[in-house]
This record gives sequence, C-alpha cells and structure tokens, in this order.
Amino acid sequence: MSGPPLAWYLILSAVLFALGVAGFLFRKSIITIFMSIELMLNAVNLSFVAFSYQLKQVNGHVFAFFVMVVAAAEAAVGLAIIVTVFKNRETLNVDEVDSMKY
Amino acid sequence: MSQYYSTNEAFALTPALTLALFGCWILVFDFLFANSKQKRYFALVVVAGLIFAGVGLYRQQAFLATSGDSSIIAFSGALTIDRFALYFNWVFELATLIVALVSYNYLEIEGEHHGEYYALLLFAQCGMFFLAAGTDLVTLFIGLELMALCFYVMVGFLRGDKRSNEAAIKYLLLGAFSSGFLVYGFSIMYGLAGSTRLTDVAAAIAARPAWDPLVFLAMTTTAVGLLFKISAAPFHMWAPDAYEGAPTTITAYLSVASKAASFAFLLRIFLGPLAPARDAWEPLLAAVAILTMTIGNLAAISQTNIKRLLAYSSISHAGYMLLGLIAGNDTGIQGIAVYVMVYAFMNLGAFLVVIALRRKNIIGDDVDDMAGLMYRSPGYAVLMLIFLLSLAGIPPTAGFLGKYYIFLSLIETHHYLLAVIATLYVAVAIYYYFRIVKTMFVGELTEKAPLATSFGLRVALGITGVLTLAVGVYPEPVLRLAQNSFLR
Repeated sequence: MSGPPLAWYLILSAVLFALGVAGFLFRKSIITIFMSIELMLNAVNLSFVAFSYQLKQVNGHVFAFFVMVVAAAEAAVGLAIIVTVFKNRETLNVDEVDSMKY
Repeated sequence: MSQYYSTNEAFALTPALTLALFGCWILVFDFLFANSKQKRYFALVVVAGLIFAGVGLYRQQAFLATSGDSSIIAFSGALTIDRFALYFNWVFELATLIVALVSYNYLEIEGEHHGEYYALLLFAQCGMFFLAAGTDLVTLFIGLELMALCFYVMVGFLRGDKRSNEAAIKYLLLGAFSSGFLVYGFSIMYGLAGSTRLTDVAAAIAARPAWDPLVFLAMTTTAVGLLFKISAAPFHMWAPDAYEGAPTTITAYLSVASKAASFAFLLRIFLGPLAPARDAWEPLLAAVAILTMTIGNLAAISQTNIKRLLAYSSISHAGYMLLGLIAGNDTGIQGIAVYVMVYAFMNLGAFLVVIALRRKNIIGDDVDDMAGLMYRSPGYAVLMLIFLLSLAGIPPTAGFLGKYYIFLSLIETHHYLLAVIATLYVAVAIYYYFRIVKTMFVGELTEKAPLATSFGLRVALGITGVLTLAVGVYPEPVLRLAQNSFLR
C-alpha cells in the first residue's frame, strides 16, 4: 500500500479529537464550543475513512457519511437554539448563561 | 432457539414506519387545526399512531411466540426484533401515551401549542425503536441521534422562556459532545472488526486480550458516551439543568423514555461487543455506579425545586440500574428490565402531579407549592405519596420489586459491599422523598381551591397509579415479560 501508514492517520485523528475536547472544555463562546464538537466529529470521520481504506471496505465510508448527516442536523438544531438563547439574553458567553443553580 | 431471517423487511420495521408516518402526517396537516385550542386533536393523532405501532409490535410478538424463533433479523443483521427489543418498545409506547395525554392542556397553559411538538414525540419514539432493536453500530448511532435531536428541540420548546433555552443549549452541547465520544469508540470498534455488525465486533474483541490498549480505548470512549446518555456521574451535569428548564411534560418523557432507550442501548453494547472485555469494565462501572448513587442521593437532599429534586433522584436510579449490569447474572439483567418498566410509571406519575400543579401564572415546581396539598386535593396527594413510596422502594409498591431483584443479583454474585452501599442510600432517598410528603401533609395551606386538571391528565394519573400499585401487589405478569425478554 502506498502513502503513509495507518497509524499516522489514527494519531492525527486522535490529536484532532483531543483538540476538539480541549476546545469544548476551555472556550467560552457557545459558537466556538459548537465548532469544537464539529472538530471532534470530523476527527472521527478521519479515523473511519482511514480504517476503511486500510481494510479495503466501503462500510467505513458509509459510516462517515452518516456522521456528516448527523453533524449537519445537529448544526441546524443547534444554531436554531443558539439564536433563541441570543434573543433572550443578548450574550453567547457560557459563563453568563447560568440562571439555574444548585 | 432459531433465528428467523426476514424476507419481509417491512414487517420488522412496521412500528417505526407507523410512528414516522403519523409524525409526518402531523407536520403536513398542521394547518388543519389553525388555532391553539384545536391543536389538542393532535394528541388524538399521536394516540392513534401509538395504537397502530402497538399493533405492529403485537404482531411481531405473536410471530415470535407462534414460530418459536428467538428473533426476527432484518436488513441482513442491522435490525434484530427480539423479545428484548419488544419489551423496551412497550415501555416507550406507555411513556409516549402518557405524555401525549397530558401535553395538550399543559402546552395550552404555557401558550406554546404547536403541532410540531406532537410530531417530535413520535419521531423521538421512532429513534428509540432503533435504539432497542438495532444490532449494527450505524443503526444504533442513527437511532440515538434521531431521538436526541428531537429531545433537544422539545427541551427548548418554550421559546420565550430563558430557563427552557438554557436547558436546551446545555443539553445540546453536552449531548453532542458525548455523541462525539461514542462515535469515536465506534470508529475504533469498526477498525478492530472490519465490520459494523455487533456480532462481528464481539468476535473481534473476544479474539484480543482483555487489556488490549485499543479495546480499552474503544471501551472507555464508548462507555463515556453511554454513561452521559443515562446521566451517570461524573457525566450527569446536564441532567438537573435540562430537567428543570424543560417543559414538565418533556422532563417526564426525558427522564423515563430517553433513559429506558439509553439503557437498552447500553445493554446491547455491554452485553454484546464489550461482553468479552468484562474484566476491564466491571470495576470501572462499579465505581461509576457508587459515584452516581452518592451524587444523586446527596445532592437531592438540599433541592428546593421538585423537578431538580426528581432529576437527582433519577440520576440515583440510573446508579441502581447499573448495579444489575455489574452483577451481570440473569437475575441482574432481568432486574434492570423490571426496574426500567417500574421506574417508567412511578416516575411519570410523580411528574404528572407536578404537571397538575401548573396553572396560569403559577409555575408550581417548588417543593413549597405542594404545601397542604392533602387538604386541597387529597386524591393527588395520596397518589403522589404512592409514587414517592414506590420511588423510595417501599413495599407493596412496584418500586420495591425493581430494587429487590437488583439487590438479589448483587448478593448472588457476592458483591456484598455494593449491596450494603446501595441499601444505605435507599435510607437517604427515603429522607428526601419524605420531605415532599411532609410538605404535602403538614405544610401551611396557601391556596384553598382544589386543582383543576384536564381529562387526559386524570386518565394518565389513573393508569400510572393503578400500575404502580398493581405491579407491586401482583408482579407475576411483569416478571414473566421481563424473564422472557432479557438479552443473552
């Protein structure tokens, strides 16, 4: 097989996923947090496609398409909810969206 | 027992197709009932959809009973209709029915009566069907997302309400985050097995050593995703906020149906592909279960909002159900099945009483809003008492049955320490449930007029109340159903 070995793709995927997790945990803007989630899902797609290429199968490609569909649906619903949050509060900083407390 | 390879895929799909069709019907014909008062007829459409889906489920059940097959396998293994799937689908049917019955009046009071709400209920149940019946990573993932996306919208359904928006955004962000973990675990499982069928994944994992790093990575990431969905600690943070902010009908639906579906999913994964790695996940899950019961029960003590209190109580119930999986013998798995069913109607019942307290200008989700309920509407107070006794697990109510089997399985498998801890937390639970009871029975009466409730709510309360008592007194039918249904 030509090209870099499978492990490189998997390491890249793991690094991207970890970046997504870090972004989710440390960023303050809801939009950036949302982008971090998309990054996680795309890291997953990369690992699906890499495995699929390695195994000479189409299953992984199909799964990657499903993940994309779900990511798109999540973005549609998510942005709609973000718009209503902004309308009600005029802020998208997660630290200020805290009307419910213990 | 043999397995029946279906040549008629539509037969296996009937319930899901029916639910989706009725949902689409509501979306298309939303304009027929233009004003808010008329929208209540959509609740009838939902009930009709549930009846047709129920007929589909019944026919599948009858087919399995007469042919003697253990399951109907459709789409070359992507979907398996077995007794396990059917059992959980009956729980979803019950939950959706109850929620549809109480929704029309509640949405009227909230002033957000839209047809989409009813369509989303049906679509969510369609997703749950695939979660309980899916035996392929793709099917399970799509089922999960179909259910979750509907819930994100329903939790934020009160557009003008700050708390509802906030609940929706928190649930959405954490839900999508956990789905990311889950699907990352799935990608590694796919890489290990070269197939997305659960049976192939199980074979691939069984061929590797128990502490294989890749298996461990797949197991932990998948477990994180699953534990988020069942709101087990330390991944429970979304639950109290989502439960408090959501419309109360959706809180009830979320706490029962979504949790039951997530447990079906969890059992499919942990007793399927991850079963060979049991040595690796059993101690982890035991730690999670203890932490879940601790956080759920201790945080519930200081809550003043009933919805939030029930949210923490529902977290602790997830901990009890996990114990059945840790015990892992037949009694334990049956115990989870019984617990899920019993939990469905007692928890729905408790939320129904909270819904009954909601009137124009009165939110009614504070513990103090229950004050003196006994002297205002004794019927509701007594029903609430029954539901709370059942949630605490006191005989002769149904809740005792669920806890009994879980604890029995722990003793049978010599998990004595876990059994002792779980029993101690039951005592804590009795304390905070009885705080509500005390408020109802000796609290200062603030309002004299008895509760005015809708016909649907009274029917729903009747169903849940009768089931909670009847199953506690005469448990054989539910036990027989659960015994036939467990996954092996």
